[in-house]
Amino acid sequence: MPLLSKKESKLILDPLADNNPITIQVLGICSALAITAELKASVVMAISVLFVLAMGNVVISLMRNIIPSKIRIIVQLVVVATLVIVVDQTLKAFAYELSKTLSVFVGLIITNCIIMGRFEAFALGNGPWRSFLDGIGNALGYGVILIIVGFFRELLGSGTLFGIPVLGDPIAKTGLYAYGYENNGFMIIPPAALIVVGILIWIQRAKNPSLVEEA
Amino acid sequence: MKQKLHQIKERVKDKKWAPAFNAIHTFLYTPNEVTHKGGTHVKAVDDLKRTMNTVIVALIPCLLFGIFNAGYQHYSAIEGFPQDFSVVEHFITWRNFLVGLTTVLPLLIVSYGVGLAIEFVFAVIKGHEVEEGYLVTGMLVPLIVPVDTPLWMLAIAVAFGVVIGKEVFGGTGMNILNPALTIRAFLFFAYPTWMSGDKVWVHGAVDGISKAGTADAISGETILGFLAQNKTAEMGFSLSDMFFGFIPGSVGETSTLLILLGGLYLVFTKIASWRIMLSATIGALAMGLLFNAVVDFGWIQSYSKFYSLMAFDFWKHLIVGGLAFGIVYMATDPVTSSQTNKGKWIYGFLVGFISVMIRVFNPGYPEGVFLAILLMNVFAPTIDHYVVQGNVKRRLKRAKQAKIYPASTPASVETQTA
Repeated sequence: MPLLSKKESKLILDPLADNNPITIQVLGICSALAITAELKASVVMAISVLFVLAMGNVVISLMRNIIPSKIRIIVQLVVVATLVIVVDQTLKAFAYELSKTLSVFVGLIITNCIIMGRFEAFALGNGPWRSFLDGIGNALGYGVILIIVGFFRELLGSGTLFGIPVLGDPIAKTGLYAYGYENNGFMIIPPAALIVVGILIWIQRAKNPSLVEEA
Repeated sequence: MKQKLHQIKERVKDKKWAPAFNAIHTFLYTPNEVTHKGGTHVKAVDDLKRTMNTVIVALIPCLLFGIFNAGYQHYSAIEGFPQDFSVVEHFITWRNFLVGLTTVLPLLIVSYGVGLAIEFVFAVIKGHEVEEGYLVTGMLVPLIVPVDTPLWMLAIAVAFGVVIGKEVFGGTGMNILNPALTIRAFLFFAYPTWMSGDKVWVHGAVDGISKAGTADAISGETILGFLAQNKTAEMGFSLSDMFFGFIPGSVGETSTLLILLGGLYLVFTKIASWRIMLSATIGALAMGLLFNAVVDFGWIQSYSKFYSLMAFDFWKHLIVGGLAFGIVYMATDPVTSSQTNKGKWIYGFLVGFISVMIRVFNPGYPEGVFLAILLMNVFAPTIDHYVVQGNVKRRLKRAKQAKIYPASTPASVETQTA
């Protein structure tokens, strides 16, 4: 027997491509714009959201039959906030520099629409195991886009990847810089992330025309 | 020749690259499947290609002047400005032309090469005809960048501007932003050190950075640059220099005289809107007057970093920097400007108004024209919407207040309401 049934693996694979939270549902854009100037921050953000979303989905799913529907948003918020505080404190303890780069955006995971969206749309109506897989899938779909955007923005904007100069030294003029290459300052500023995400959406829709809405 | 081209056209009709052939074919020749003569169709010769070619004709004087000015600024920065300046002796010379040609021509070639290549690729992929929109953009781009812009930067910016500024919206005629200005904005935000400061406006000045401190180090500050640093006194340019354009700046933007002539040509050929040009001029003057008034009333002290720019005579804003060029060739872009007549007045006024405002309040980069026009490009459809809605409302009101006389026969009432 395979580890995951066909339906279950669909829960993970769907959000990676044809039901991607960022490029198809256009959720979680704020954090995709704010922290993708560096690849490292993108990766940490992706992992944090993975943890919060998977755990949160499980918790909400377990409680789904006892939450009064009138106050479910508050309950959901409490769950996310608890998990986010865990992530935030862990980062502060073990990766202080990074937590300073991410600053307020870790706290803002609470407001990330993807998380509340999955709670509402999936965890409230499905069992813990399926909710866990759904959380993993959506967080991975979110993280993949974050990492792609972070990769291009850091490479083109700063000439580094994970802080390691890969194109040469811009001050000592080695590597590509010896030929007059210069970092693209536009990629550092948040609007560039919007354009990179836009290009990703464009590529995805060009490859899969069934995603294009009727005009 | 004409017949032969049509035979070739029939042969490549179903090929993938047919749009590429058609683009070259219809550039100068009329295809044979035009609307037949006579009949009820309104025919005019001013199609998109004719329109674009007219604008290019209006731009050629600016380009030629830019070529000579590039050389003139280069040699003047090295040898000092000539004492008794004469146009023939110091400006229209072979060595100026050669320096200008070797710096400006590559910009032009890269701009057209990259831009047209992208247009052709998109036309072939999407299977539509190549549109002529890039002809003007490709000519504008080299005129609005500093002479020493590295060619690879220009190539990237052109690719960005054409793809993101135009093709993603559906190509010529569908774009929200002016592609030439998108290219300029991309260059400014991506490579600010190459787009502002005192080293980029004169050919050879960037090389001089490495020779700083030696006699070869040259710098060429623009007039706005001088003003932004409160160095009005050090500025050695006379009023006629500013008007005729013997000043450092982007390649084609310096000569207000030639821009004015080009603008008049465009107005008389009815290609560009005189409403936008006039209202933008009024807007710039109004903002300039406001700033002058602030200075006259003594509300701002002379040590303020805004003082020089605020005290700059209001009408002089029109003859320095890229304001005139922007108003005449960029703001009037028929695709991205307002379409209604009233909208054009509002749009133009705000272009001029905001240009001068950005100029004065952003001393780090005292050239606001391209930002102002891009901003108004975004607002142009909104302006049009309200103008149209206002018109609808006014007519509705008039219709309601109108006294309706009893109709002579019931039948005629029915036909009217139908």
